[in-house]
Amino acid sequence: MRKALEGSQAIALTVALCRPQVVAAYPITPQTHIVENIAKLVADGKMDCELVSVESEFSAASLVLGAACAGSRTYTASASQGILLMSEVLYNIAGLRIPMVMTCANRALSAPLSIWNDQQDSMAVRDAGWIQLYCANNQEAVDTTIQAYRIAEATELPVMVCMDGFTLTHTLEPIDIPEQAMVDAYLPPFNFARALDPANPISIGTLVSPDHYPEARHSHHHALLDAADEIIAADADWQQLSGRSAGGLLSVSGPDDARIGILTLGSIVGTLSDASDLYTDLPATKLINLRAFRPFPVDALRFACSGLTDLIVLERALSPGFGGIVAAEVHAALAGMQDVPRIHSFAVGLGGRDIPLEIYRTLHRKIDAAEPGPFSIIDVERDRLPVEDHGI
Amino acid sequence: MIEVRIHGRGGQGNVVAAYLLATAAINEGWHAQAFPAFGAERRGAPVVAFVRIDHTPISRRCQVVSPDFLIIQDEALMNIPGITEGLKADGGILLNSSKDSDSYSNEIDGKLVLLPATQLAQQHLGRPVPNTALLSAFLELTDLLPQQSLIKSLEERFKGAVLEKNIALIKAAAETITDNPWKMTINA
Repeated sequence: MRKALEGSQAIALTVALCRPQVVAAYPITPQTHIVENIAKLVADGKMDCELVSVESEFSAASLVLGAACAGSRTYTASASQGILLMSEVLYNIAGLRIPMVMTCANRALSAPLSIWNDQQDSMAVRDAGWIQLYCANNQEAVDTTIQAYRIAEATELPVMVCMDGFTLTHTLEPIDIPEQAMVDAYLPPFNFARALDPANPISIGTLVSPDHYPEARHSHHHALLDAADEIIAADADWQQLSGRSAGGLLSVSGPDDARIGILTLGSIVGTLSDASDLYTDLPATKLINLRAFRPFPVDALRFACSGLTDLIVLERALSPGFGGIVAAEVHAALAGMQDVPRIHSFAVGLGGRDIPLEIYRTLHRKIDAAEPGPFSIIDVERDRLPVEDHGI
Repeated sequence: MIEVRIHGRGGQGNVVAAYLLATAAINEGWHAQAFPAFGAERRGAPVVAFVRIDHTPISRRCQVVSPDFLIIQDEALMNIPGITEGLKADGGILLNSSKDSDSYSNEIDGKLVLLPATQLAQQHLGRPVPNTALLSAFLELTDLLPQQSLIKSLEERFKGAVLEKNIALIKAAAETITDNPWKMTINA
């Protein structure tokens, strides 16, 4: 049913529809409203699950890991410093191949301390071995959360659903929350083949010697690569039921014959899409919205980029001392392609800096130069830099 | 598209005001979006929230920079430089004030409507929370949505005595507005 909902509220209702048996989370801005709303649903008797109060994000992640090992469907959510504090456990969850779903309400990392949105937190755990799906709007976040359980349980991999903090979590907009029967039909009860069972004891998390460690990593890596098929199938099946796609591995909008492309992750695409309708004096532009960052959809990206002369990669995080994280991967993915587009790499909107419609014009101006310049943070205001940095 | 920027202070229900207005529009079948631009969240600090209403889905996520209307919940905020920045030439400012509009410069006088919202809230709620009174006056001034849509969005968020007192408050606020000088239609 279409309702006026805040993003966080919609996620809490959606998690309830997925019937997790154990939820543990520690509140942190901008994720807090999700956990508060889940706590309220449980207290009101509208959600039947074990909600465990914990003293930190490390404990939240450890608790859902244990519960999932015992065969429970679980949920947690965090952001920013909370993701960093969880990171040891996040690697364990993925390495042990434990299916679960968490929401990352994307937020900048300290220092300097910022409560606002960018995507440095989920990028910081890029290599933890989780599937990472980025959402363009709150409807996609709802649909992706449901799909994430199906993907996690089919692949025995954890899924991190990334939604921009504030920009999505604190935005109220019309959102369709599916009926329980539809979610039940899509998502059968969780039946974990390796669940701990006293009648049939196994050990999870034992020491692995050099005799087997590389093989464990090989299997994990290939499980992630293979998960691409399940991500596509989960979205296609959901579309059949609900009438909505959440974007598969990536989604493309704009004219097919455009020579310029802009690739982004998360909620920026909506602003760019409106801008491309407004600034009709600028060349036609294809917008590529990367939904699956892990696994990285190399083939789909190559297909989406064929015919482009210029590709702008616009991301909300960076690897200091190198530059764009996503851009580096895009470079690698497109290398060897016939007529590789020139790749322009920018970060934007770090620490919650507003991303105005005019960014679209700025990007087009930047790519006029013959050769792509080095990575830059496109919305830096030079007069706000410390005096000694004015020259750089 | 109609864009509104709501200024207030932490504790005045600024974000709730934005959510209530967008909810009312969505319940009437329109597309709408409401979101805050938080500073450090604390009671008394200046805060801003934004509302967009349109007849088609709203994709953009940027802050509202050239609003059609400003709703200002605390008169003292008028002293902050740039508070009216970006307001459209034919835009309107609804200000919570018990003064008369002569207190303001000619430049903004023509755009300004004053509502003693804190006073009205004190009378009806017993608390100085001006947000719902201002929303009600805003709907009268613009004729944008029926009062009933605001009541419906209040019913989704509040119940019992708080709801009833707020309904009485918004009725009283609506009665103070006798004209709709800012008449708007969502398809415009």
